[in-house]
Amino acid sequence: MSILVDKTTRVVTQGITGSTGQFHTRACREYGTQMVAGVTPGRGGSDFEGIPVFDTVVDAVAQTAANASVIYVPPPFAADAILEAVDAGVELVVCITEGIPVADMVRVKRAMVGTTTRLVGPNCPGVITPGQCKIGIMPGYIHKPGAIGVVSRSGTLTYEAVHQLTQLGLGQSTCVGIGGDPVKGMEFVDVLRLFQDDPDTEGIVMIGEIGGTAEETAAEFVKKSVTKPVIGFIGGQTAPKGKRMGHAGAIISGGQGTAADKIRAFERAGIHVAKSPAELGLTMKTALGR
Amino acid sequence: MNIHEYQAKELLRRHRVAVPRGIVVLSAEEAEHAAKELGGVVVVKAQVHAGGRGKAGGVKLAKNPSEAKEAAAKMLGMKLVTHQTGPEGKIVRRVLVEEGCDIARELYLGLVLDRASGRYVMMASREGGVEIEEVAAKTPEKIFREAIDPAIGLQAYQARKLAFGLDVPKESIAKAVAFMTGLYRAFIESDASLAEINPLILTKQGDLLALDCKMGFDDNGLYRHPEIRDLRDFDEEDPREVEAAQHDLSYIALDGNIGCMVNGAGLAMATMDIIKFYGGSPANFLDVGGGATTEKVTAAFKILLSDENVKAVLVNIFGGIMKCDVVAQGIVEAAKQVHLKVPLVVRLEGTNVDLGRKILAESGLDITPGEDMADAAEKVVKAARGA
Repeated sequence: MSILVDKTTRVVTQGITGSTGQFHTRACREYGTQMVAGVTPGRGGSDFEGIPVFDTVVDAVAQTAANASVIYVPPPFAADAILEAVDAGVELVVCITEGIPVADMVRVKRAMVGTTTRLVGPNCPGVITPGQCKIGIMPGYIHKPGAIGVVSRSGTLTYEAVHQLTQLGLGQSTCVGIGGDPVKGMEFVDVLRLFQDDPDTEGIVMIGEIGGTAEETAAEFVKKSVTKPVIGFIGGQTAPKGKRMGHAGAIISGGQGTAADKIRAFERAGIHVAKSPAELGLTMKTALGR
Repeated sequence: MNIHEYQAKELLRRHRVAVPRGIVVLSAEEAEHAAKELGGVVVVKAQVHAGGRGKAGGVKLAKNPSEAKEAAAKMLGMKLVTHQTGPEGKIVRRVLVEEGCDIARELYLGLVLDRASGRYVMMASREGGVEIEEVAAKTPEKIFREAIDPAIGLQAYQARKLAFGLDVPKESIAKAVAFMTGLYRAFIESDASLAEINPLILTKQGDLLALDCKMGFDDNGLYRHPEIRDLRDFDEEDPREVEAAQHDLSYIALDGNIGCMVNGAGLAMATMDIIKFYGGSPANFLDVGGGATTEKVTAAFKILLSDENVKAVLVNIFGGIMKCDVVAQGIVEAAKQVHLKVPLVVRLEGTNVDLGRKILAESGLDITPGEDMADAAEKVVKAARGA
């Protein structure tokens, strides 16, 4: 098993005719993902390398039974794209777009209250269940099917973690990049809950960074409700206060969101904290007692 | 992006939020004229992007126009050092001359994003003129909060709750509600990320006025507010950060001596951390992004080498979509163009990594390869010490 996506997942690409959408739709299909449809308003009726393109998400869902969407549309139109997918009843929406105004995401989050759609992102690498389904921009080949769940706010640091795991022979059940924005869809807790309930996930890697308090909340959840070994890392231990470190959400403000606070919360919750980002894989291996 | 106090007040005024009358000026003579025009006692305030100006001599009371002139003359061109500017301080280039107010009470009003709930929250406190973090740490019960539903905006009852919490006299409640709803509108309609009215004053006449105002904006929302983007003051920003942004690079100067160039913000932070872990100190944060082309890598090298503290450079690239051979080619070209004189350690991982390493090895340049993150960090720390 796995969480969120598997070989039955049917994906529609929103923004399929843009260069990013094309590149990654092709790469995901090559990986083995069922890329069943694309949406670009005004291009309905055409196709992208054999994948039918529709004007609206609701059309795409009706015609192809897509149950997941991936969004590559530019920031000014991305919030609208998310809401269109939600309206069409898509179960999982993965928004890759970086640079969406925070106010747009505040409205999206409010509009999603009461719906059953799960949103991953924005500003994230996506979701992958190795060997089954890759939705997003991560390099597929570094992954290996297995039993470690990975959840992270970062992109390339996640690749680093996955690479280390794979090198040590630790495959992954599913890897979820929840994204670097301050207001987003799934949070650590939502993903941790799924990993805890997934019989095929044996251990969890959680990669946080400075800014906000999602890691502290996640630590509380781990303490109460997670029985599987969890290892963690917090990026930005050397970051100055009040400066945005690349990600829109990576900022220590008002004394909140420091790496030290987050690491303390992790340790209190019994999460094994990797001292260095080069020891993510090793820390997981040790935590599993292997 | 942040703006000056006088700019924030103009924005508030446009949304009918009460602010004192004021005139921004560039010279002492203009300050004198402004004081004459305003009449009575005025306050001369240095305009820099930093708090704590009062204690640093950046806010002066002037009883008449000649005092205003004198105060402005002292302030203009001075280097204002507050607890927020760092020891290097900030040059005062303009001052705001503002009418004096009969202050009865000083309060606090703020509007921020609560990330956990994904909503904007209006915060109020009776302790004005004090930093809100201090109040939050010592007496959190003195802070009143109202989370705002973005579908309907700030409601009057919420503003009333805050106003009663602030113990605003009942004759002034309607004014407080108008102030708060105006502030919310100004905030939402400009994609602001932060608004702080500290202090919000209650005058002896029962009026509520923004005596100070700090506003920050969501960079991602600026494309729909050209009029706010135009308020950006490059003098207030680190020139290297500005230069980096023009090349679509994310750069932040730090005080160490190991320059870093990394793809991805998370990995860039982790790279800084691992340098520290091995006893070194990073000179910067630099994310070259997904497509590290030769042009981008060259620009990145130039920016991080413009920091004369840099004694060694670590490049850490996890090539996923981007292929390592392409990155290696870019690094070699860029290193040649900038005539790199400090030791360079490069760690490459990902697609076509062997080809990438080969290109680096055969470049004829003095590049130390890092096997993995730990090895690369150890080597660069050592190199920086040796230099």
